[in-house]
Amino acid sequence: MNRDELVVTRINSALPGAIEEVFDFRGERTLFIPKNKIKQVCQFLRDDEELKYNFLSDICADDMLPDFPRFAVNYHLYSLPNKHRLRLRAPVEDPDEGPPTIADLWPIATWLEMEVWDLMGVRFAGNTSLRRLFLPEDWQGHPLRKDYPLGYEEVQFSFNWQEIDAKKPYAKD
Amino acid sequence: MGVEQKLGNLGIVTYRLEDLVNWGRTNAMWPLLFGLACCAIEMMGAQAAHYDASRFGMELNRPSPRQSDLMIVAGRVSRKMAPVVRRLYDQMPAPKWVIAMGDCASCGGIFNNYAIVQGVDEIIPVDVYVAGCPPRPEALIDGIMTLHERVRGETLKDWA
Repeated sequence: MNRDELVVTRINSALPGAIEEVFDFRGERTLFIPKNKIKQVCQFLRDDEELKYNFLSDICADDMLPDFPRFAVNYHLYSLPNKHRLRLRAPVEDPDEGPPTIADLWPIATWLEMEVWDLMGVRFAGNTSLRRLFLPEDWQGHPLRKDYPLGYEEVQFSFNWQEIDAKKPYAKD
Repeated sequence: MGVEQKLGNLGIVTYRLEDLVNWGRTNAMWPLLFGLACCAIEMMGAQAAHYDASRFGMELNRPSPRQSDLMIVAGRVSRKMAPVVRRLYDQMPAPKWVIAMGDCASCGGIFNNYAIVQGVDEIIPVDVYVAGCPPRPEALIDGIMTLHERVRGETLKDWA
């Protein structure tokens, strides 16, 4: 039994019903987990003697705007002893009610969740330090969402030079 | 044993004050040690041995804005960095000059989006724009020479 199958069997025996769907793409296994079970699954994957997914590589989020549920949070786990990667995916319907924080399992999750909130606006329940990480403190909105305006400015060519030059906010000395 | 004994009485040299001051300013311009992106690599190349900007009296970048009079904005300025750039500029003692190096600093370049300031001239006044992505060291040195020409043209009236 390879690791991809082993992880599904182990989770199914320990936490029945936690895996909603198993998805494979180019040899990488993704498990769809409901967001309220993500913490138990993470704890089991970290502490199980056979699995030992002890390294949290990344947390990121997707915005699939026309679809429902609109958001999904991905957890990228790596097992240092077994050298195996695994992705957990939790669909999120309402970004204000995101998955519970896993900061008490991996302290780095505080920062990864802060990044996800900063750029995508998914609020993790229980993470008390959700503040601006990359963007300025007074930033409005979450720019990686698909409905966020790109902020395109009209490009200055020779034919519209004066028009743009007149409205460009040049700095004073 | 000083130079007087070798050369004898050198007498008095008369010169125009404006030319003398501008000569001193152009040949001892101290850039701020300040790189924001890939343009900074070319800026380092311009100042290192191969292109050798010290031929023009700028061999030393100062890491403090209070000791420098030339700001080379080398790279894209994000909206978060913009207040910092302005603050550095405000801390530089006058007279001070700014070179916007590269397309990103001049007009936003390829980053036409919410995160990048569309031209550093929106936050600080720019004297010379250097085009290129990134500009080659020759282009930067040409921009510095252009700035030197401009400084040499300054008169006593401009300083007042």
